[in-house]
Amino acid sequence: MTDFGAAISTAFALVVYLDRDLSEVVLLSLKVSISAVIIASIIGLPIGAALALYRFPGRTIFIVIVNAFMGLPPVVIGLVVYLLLSRAGPFGVFGLLFTPTAMIIAQVLLITPLIAALARQVMETLWLEYEEQLRSLGTTPLRALGALLWDGRYSLMTAVLAGFGRAIAEVGAVMIVGGNIDHVTRVMTTSIALEVSKGNLALALGLGIILVVLSVLVNGLVFFLRGNNRQGVTP
Amino acid sequence: MKTLFLRMMTVAACFMVALTAAWLSPTARAETPFIIVASTSSTQNSGLFDYLLPKFQQSSGIDVRVLAVGTGQAVRLTRNGDADILFVHHKPSEEKFVADGFGVERFDVMYNEFVLVGPAVDPAAISSQTEAPAALKAVAQAAAPFVSRGDESGTHKRELSLWQAADIDISQAIGGWYRETGSGMGATLNIAAAMEAYTLADSGTWLNFHNRRGLKIVLRGDPLLFNQYGVILVNKAKHPHVKSALGQRFIDWLLSAAGQSAINSFTIEGERAFTANAPADIVSSDKKQSE
Amino acid sequence: MILADAASILPLELKNVSLHTGQKRLIKDISCTLEAEDITVVIGPNGAGKSLLLRLCHGLLTPTSGSIVWHGAAGRNPSLFQAMVFQRPVMLRRSVRANIDFALSLRKVPRHLRHDLIEEALHRAGLNRFAQTPALVLSFGEQQRLALARSWALRPQVLFLDEPTASIDPAATHVIEEVILAMRKEGTKIVMCTHDLGQARRLADEVMFIHRGRILEKSDASTFFDGPKNDLAEAFLRGELLWWHRRELTPP
Repeated sequence: MTDFGAAISTAFALVVYLDRDLSEVVLLSLKVSISAVIIASIIGLPIGAALALYRFPGRTIFIVIVNAFMGLPPVVIGLVVYLLLSRAGPFGVFGLLFTPTAMIIAQVLLITPLIAALARQVMETLWLEYEEQLRSLGTTPLRALGALLWDGRYSLMTAVLAGFGRAIAEVGAVMIVGGNIDHVTRVMTTSIALEVSKGNLALALGLGIILVVLSVLVNGLVFFLRGNNRQGVTP
Repeated sequence: MKTLFLRMMTVAACFMVALTAAWLSPTARAETPFIIVASTSSTQNSGLFDYLLPKFQQSSGIDVRVLAVGTGQAVRLTRNGDADILFVHHKPSEEKFVADGFGVERFDVMYNEFVLVGPAVDPAAISSQTEAPAALKAVAQAAAPFVSRGDESGTHKRELSLWQAADIDISQAIGGWYRETGSGMGATLNIAAAMEAYTLADSGTWLNFHNRRGLKIVLRGDPLLFNQYGVILVNKAKHPHVKSALGQRFIDWLLSAAGQSAINSFTIEGERAFTANAPADIVSSDKKQSE
Repeated sequence: MILADAASILPLELKNVSLHTGQKRLIKDISCTLEAEDITVVIGPNGAGKSLLLRLCHGLLTPTSGSIVWHGAAGRNPSLFQAMVFQRPVMLRRSVRANIDFALSLRKVPRHLRHDLIEEALHRAGLNRFAQTPALVLSFGEQQRLALARSWALRPQVLFLDEPTASIDPAATHVIEEVILAMRKEGTKIVMCTHDLGQARRLADEVMFIHRGRILEKSDASTFFDGPKNDLAEAFLRGELLWWHRRELTPP
């Protein structure tokens, strides 16, 4: 139990003294995961909405695959992206490996299915409710899409936050494609892994506490910004 | 309500713009020339690079980016062309790397040792031993718990060669008192500490390892435990994109008097972690680092 | 674009319209004509096909066979001149005003016209003080009034209502019936189905009795309620033709 006590005081000290390495690592974690979640949302939300609204051959299989990919192991994605970005691989010429860009790419692949799957569920439920009335009013598919995205915005926000949570918490993908290079691609999770491997358990745990607090702060910020959900019924 | 949500969207949009700006703006780091060195977690965990590389950067202006992975992965990465320099501690792999045409030339840089660590109670009574194979034999006879990295790293391969020297077919014991973690040195030490087991570790990682619990060094000094590090520049013929000029400057510095003395001056809690042993003729030729 | 004084799309003629789903035949060979004769009320036991008939007329369902023709359409899209209110009001998760605004925008009503239309609709439905309230905070009865107000703002030539007051208290029901009557006064053709015979008596100018997917009788209200010719209709009026009696009562 002494580890926990030491961990908390270590975490506290790091934050209070604005440890330079810590702030670097935290900023990079946020930069990578927030960029990834923004890109993944731009791709995933429309896919989810389209899956909810349109019927096309193979739709069921597509939904099953998207749902299954919610649980893709990060380390597998890391490996696949490494193979793609390696100099020996198809996209090696871009020299993206071991840069934050590679990390963002890997995380986008990781969380897009999650966001798409959750968005689809939200949209489908809403569409079930709205379809008849909207068709009666004479909606076009595009207007319907817009109405669903707007009306479902709170649930969609939760989906996006779920994606962010998954991204900032994973270590397998960013370790392989980023390389945990000091000052360049070292993020919170890979730092924790490194400190564990050096036996610095208290420091590792302290970093872990900071990571959890960070996640809570981000979620809290979103909740605060969305205000009270005065719409009465949560979609 | 809608206004609040719009406010949030505006904040998010500003954030995105700021993020993009931060991304695209050239940072000091982005403009600094850099090389990628594929090395092992043993050198990383010891803290050597944190000490050494700033010195090199100061004199040369080159940023050295270290990938600390297992020896096997380091060699693979460099063969693929994803690193400019290979800096590991398994001579057979290094020589094969050069022989296969991927490396220009291999140089000795520094050495330290492997150590056998184990629980203070020492159930196999190793501390009375002086030779590694005999000590391992004692472990096998006592069926004392032993943790192996099992990841085909340099350390792992050295460990296997020791079992061979002791005439023991270790594959029989897997899953029993002999446990393979398939992990790096640090993770393996954590497990050995928790299991109160023996394990083979490189001294660099061990000296800087802070979760020893009851573990201590039970055997060291056997010549079979000698641990040599070598450095190789990737061959431009195989990988045209490799940064040969910058990489060569790093190797030159490592092998120069300045680099060698820097290595020698690195200590962990007062103890020297690595001993520089580049060939004397290269050290004395002292290729100066040009600004 | 709503054209309040545009030529009527009525009459609506259904010719041999049938609706099957898989094995079940839900609507069986219905033929009828709906003229601009004020309020047509469709009644019948549960499961008779009232709601389906309305949806077929409105275009939400496609008949398996037969034709549905708006003879007055003359090349225009008939759905632009219709509206429908459902048994459970469907509101977007936004304010009362925004809900009406959304409907108007779907019908491509120019922005500068919308404000007055919304104000008037809210006024008629008695919902002025709720203009900025989130629609889903309203009570069920108030939401249904909003659904009516929304339809009104569209100035439909034909308004379909599927059991609009089925789950609403008497006071709110009264308000809604008043709105329906007001809309009829302004020229909208009303087609509604209900299982509330009292409501049918209050509102109907014309009655259509449906049983098991067929129209068994269609006549003007006074004739129907004094003495329907069809005896199933008669049994229904007496309150006897409930769904679990279906097998027992067979036409002679």
